[in-house]
Amino acid sequence: MTVAAALAPAYARYCQQLGDDRLILGHRVSEWCGHAPILEEDIALANIALDLIGQATFLLGRAGAVENAGRDADALAFLRDDRAFRNALMVELPNGDFAVTIVRQFFFASFSRLQLEALTRSPDTEMAGIAAKALKEATYHVRHAAEWVVRLGDGTEESRQRAQDAVNDLWRYTGEFFLTTSEERALAAEGLAVDPATLQAEWERSVRDVLTLATLTTPATSWMQRGGRDGKHTEHLGPLLAEMQVLPRSHPGASW
Amino acid sequence: MTPPLSTADDATRQAEFEARIARGESIEPKDWMPEKYRRQLVRMMSQHAHSEIVGMLPEGNWITRAPSLRRKMSLLAKVQDEAGHGLYIYCGTETLGVDRQELVDQLLAGTAKYSSIFNYPTLTWADIGAIGWLVDGAAIVNQTMLAKASYGPYARAMVRICKEENFHKRQGYEIMVTLARGTPAQKAMAQDALDRWWWPSLMMFGPHDKDSPNSDELLKWGVKKKSNDELRQRFVNLTIAQAKAIDLTIPDPELRYDEASGNWIFGAIDWDEFWRVVKGDGPCNRERLAARRKAHADGEWVRAAATAYAAKRAARDAGAAA
Ligand SMILES: [Fe+2]
Ligand SMILES: [Fe+2]
Ligand SMILES: [Fe+2]
Repeated sequence: MTVAAALAPAYARYCQQLGDDRLILGHRVSEWCGHAPILEEDIALANIALDLIGQATFLLGRAGAVENAGRDADALAFLRDDRAFRNALMVELPNGDFAVTIVRQFFFASFSRLQLEALTRSPDTEMAGIAAKALKEATYHVRHAAEWVVRLGDGTEESRQRAQDAVNDLWRYTGEFFLTTSEERALAAEGLAVDPATLQAEWERSVRDVLTLATLTTPATSWMQRGGRDGKHTEHLGPLLAEMQVLPRSHPGASW
Repeated sequence: MTPPLSTADDATRQAEFEARIARGESIEPKDWMPEKYRRQLVRMMSQHAHSEIVGMLPEGNWITRAPSLRRKMSLLAKVQDEAGHGLYIYCGTETLGVDRQELVDQLLAGTAKYSSIFNYPTLTWADIGAIGWLVDGAAIVNQTMLAKASYGPYARAMVRICKEENFHKRQGYEIMVTLARGTPAQKAMAQDALDRWWWPSLMMFGPHDKDSPNSDELLKWGVKKKSNDELRQRFVNLTIAQAKAIDLTIPDPELRYDEASGNWIFGAIDWDEFWRVVKGDGPCNRERLAARRKAHADGEWVRAAATAYAAKRAARDAGAAA
């Protein structure tokens, strides 16, 4: 479908936001490749990174098409500066130990699954198709991460402590998932976006269930960090992009 | 306890075993096999598995810098495949009574070998192309032969793995084609990668036949069907045309075509370099082992957690069943 001209700029930015979350998280997860605690996890994490970057490719491709300014998914990924990235802060944080990576994965995938599930009903049939494929992947990502959260939480004293520390450290970045931007509100009225605030209760319930099973404590909600949706990032995004974008930036116009 | 076999029994079994090999039959895990055959297989298969795992490191070095989303995904998928190959071959060694942990411990202790090619650094994006084209290409030549190896589980693993290696090779060559037809800087990058990876790729086939201590036995038992030099020649013959097609120069001034044999005759391989890298003094030997050791050490608490959790689960399930 073609998106109404008045909504196109906002919708393009929304598609970018969806893509950016997955691109940046996929980048972080891909850093594990070859360095995971066991070979099976090298494979699983590479597979998850691959899924996320695949989703980002479709979503940024859609963003470029809607924007209609000659930028494809690669141009959006490799030629934007950090202030133009709209991903949530959590996904750009360094990997930390395996517990941080897994808890971050669990928090994001649990959100992503709900978001994608709603987007399968998008009137934009391309988006609905992208979401349907990605939903299957996200469902697996939730299961993979939740299983590890339980193993770590209910494993050894050390693993429980590391998992609890990761939950405590990352909790303040979860609130940003559910902030509704003014664009999302306008698009949600047309069914083109999901108002993330509507996903929060279900997210909290499903996360709390797993944390409880893992014998972990769900933190009391305190101040929630924000800024990613407005391009105000942590200090970690700049170096990530410098690394990711180095080749296209240093060989302008080259194709690969 | 089984009584020790008499030497007469052993000799009979050995003769039967060799007759089976001669008839081209495949040897399966439950079949009797000479201890030395088993040991040779464990050695070869574990070296192969270790190579897949260590090989993830030089290529993994470029995942975060791959220049397009499509290339990034192909590279991630390739490195993931290599992890899968390692896992699959480690499982293969289990059919010979050796478990994976024992082999991984040998790798981490620095007592096991893996392919020396992975002790060279990946300096530019073109190295990812060169590795796919040349290193996976050389592996295919070797593994196509091993797919006919006398040991069934290894041969079958090779058939399956070779399909993926072919895909890797195509992707690698395609990267080289793109660079060779790209900007002057990209073309220079491709040539530089070929210059650096060509000779180490030829070394992948191992020493000359006359200097290869294990070759005779491996050939006799049908584990290998062709000698190192035969395989190396085959690889060179296949690769020269591919380099020419994209206008890259093989870094060997002595290279010439021999009408009579139909072979490309290449210059002398630097065997000093070969042995230096095998013995641990390649550019990245220390880094590769250090990276594997760090991953293993950092993962210790994770593996301990998984074990502890599994034990708790088992105890709870037993309690619930009682
Ligand atoms: Fe997948
Ligand atoms: Fe492989
Ligand atoms: Fe490969």
